[in-house]
Amino acid sequence: MNLNFLDFEQPIAELEAKIEELRYLGNDTEINISEEIGRLQEKSRTLTETIFAKLSSWQVSQLARHPQRPYTLDYIEHIFTDFDELHGDRAFADDAAIVGGVARIDGRPVMVIGHQKGRDTKEKLARNFGMPSPEGYRKALRLMKMAERFRLPLLTFIDTPGAYPGISAEERGQSEAIARNLFVMSELKTPIICTVIGEGGSGGALAIGVGDRVQMLEYSTYSVISPEGCASILWKSADKAQDAAEALGITSKRLFELKLIDGIVEEPLGGAHRDVQLMADTLKQMLLQQLDNLASATPEQLLKARYKRIMSYGHFTAA
Amino acid sequence: MSWFEKLLPTRIRTEGGAKRTVPEGLWTKCDVCSAVLYRAEVERNLEVCPKCSHHMRMGGRRRLEAFLDAEPREEIGAEVKPVDILKFKDSKKYKDRLVQAQKNTGEDDALIVLQGEVKGVPVVACAFEFSFMGGSMGAVVGERFVRAVNRCLEKNLPLVCFSASGGARMQEALFSLMQMAKTSAALAKLSKARLPFISVLTDPTMGGVSASLAMLGDIHIGEPNALIGFAGPRVIEQTVRETLPEGFQRSEFLLQHGVIDMIVDRRDLRDRIANLLSILLHRKAL
Repeated sequence: MNLNFLDFEQPIAELEAKIEELRYLGNDTEINISEEIGRLQEKSRTLTETIFAKLSSWQVSQLARHPQRPYTLDYIEHIFTDFDELHGDRAFADDAAIVGGVARIDGRPVMVIGHQKGRDTKEKLARNFGMPSPEGYRKALRLMKMAERFRLPLLTFIDTPGAYPGISAEERGQSEAIARNLFVMSELKTPIICTVIGEGGSGGALAIGVGDRVQMLEYSTYSVISPEGCASILWKSADKAQDAAEALGITSKRLFELKLIDGIVEEPLGGAHRDVQLMADTLKQMLLQQLDNLASATPEQLLKARYKRIMSYGHFTAA
Repeated sequence: MSWFEKLLPTRIRTEGGAKRTVPEGLWTKCDVCSAVLYRAEVERNLEVCPKCSHHMRMGGRRRLEAFLDAEPREEIGAEVKPVDILKFKDSKKYKDRLVQAQKNTGEDDALIVLQGEVKGVPVVACAFEFSFMGGSMGAVVGERFVRAVNRCLEKNLPLVCFSASGGARMQEALFSLMQMAKTSAALAKLSKARLPFISVLTDPTMGGVSASLAMLGDIHIGEPNALIGFAGPRVIEQTVRETLPEGFQRSEFLLQHGVIDMIVDRRDLRDRIANLLSILLHRKAL
């Protein structure tokens, strides 16, 4: 089993393995097998298209957590120039689960904030698997306020399993830290564009997720609780995570239909990790266009529209 | 009846828990000191154990009735009622859960808002009904809270909120998460208008309610021994794989860690809040 491929991608993995094998053979022998390779590649592409055309919510959530999925720093590297990371909350510590700093996109100065997961075990631990602690939210808050003061548009990248459920986080007021960010972001006088790039896990995600535009990469997820968590509470069994994923409607497609997000950023065939450069280019174009659109609004117009949008969330009857 | 019980002679047979000879609801037992208490006395004492001062959970409407002066009172947002737009179904349909909760509590949803006065100070007060699906916050709770804030803005009134909630209402999926943003954004307006918001955190205030409206007060008051936090203790225990320290996430712990301003006995809340509001609002001393 190829670990770079998810369960449901195994048929693709097998084809890819065959292609690799043929390539290897091709180098050794005189036989011309390029035609055969081409045929198999075409087959692999069609197969991928077929599989990806009807992904279940659970499969999407696996893609959103794919170990090779690009993280915030990957997008920073591909989309921005002159990035300078800013550290610390000025009160307690620097939380590596959230990164942030100043940068330029196509020459324009911006502030960037995002959750950051680790690639290898050591980095995963250092970044606490992308689960922020209060000092992470407070660092983000500091950078948001700085963005406002220096009139830098704020671009956030959301990718977290959720807030860190730990003793230390509770001791330092996790709830207050998240609440404060929601409070401040709702009236921050600078354009805010939020992009869910992987996992949008609950309060930990929302804490950098209130803005003028909220969009999701095609195979990212956004949810009030993880499918596993929801299953163990409502179904009393974590095995029902697939059902929970479906019921919670965590995919970009579903959330767009429900008008909870403003847009979907199309991913390369097979997911963002199959072609990071292409993914980054698509996202960059989108961000530039949105920055243009938002730049024409006065701060008052911006805040008014943002508030109206926030107030529109939720359905109820009111006779 | 089990085979073993059948074997017993009738005179030594004891029936199960439900078979007490005392009429239902006349007596109650304190969970903490185990004292057997006369129900009416506990009610008079605002659901606080007269023996050990343990603060039992209290219904939202009763709480507001006990907090506000008898007159005047006006309910806000009662017209806002829940709908199941997602047709959410887990082991049970959300629609059925709503009906059940409405039957059990006599409320339409988990937040009740009243405009009134506390010792003559005009105020908008809201309280969560924990018995309604764990006081969870969905679209109705969010909207009613925003209407409470709007009334404050309109009439220049302070806001008091008694929270008691397990957090966001999972059956409303991402809509419930967005209520955190919605209530917080409304509070930002209230803050800008320099109207006081006193947040009373009662047992329990967790998850999305704790990480939004409940932690955005000008003043945070905890009731004694209330469980207050973001992640639930069981989730934390599973994550860190160690036993949690004694008193973890209780009001006293939060006071020590600088998250709340004070712990106030429920029986003193009315006086203390009226006093705080009168100072913040430059009214003459009560």
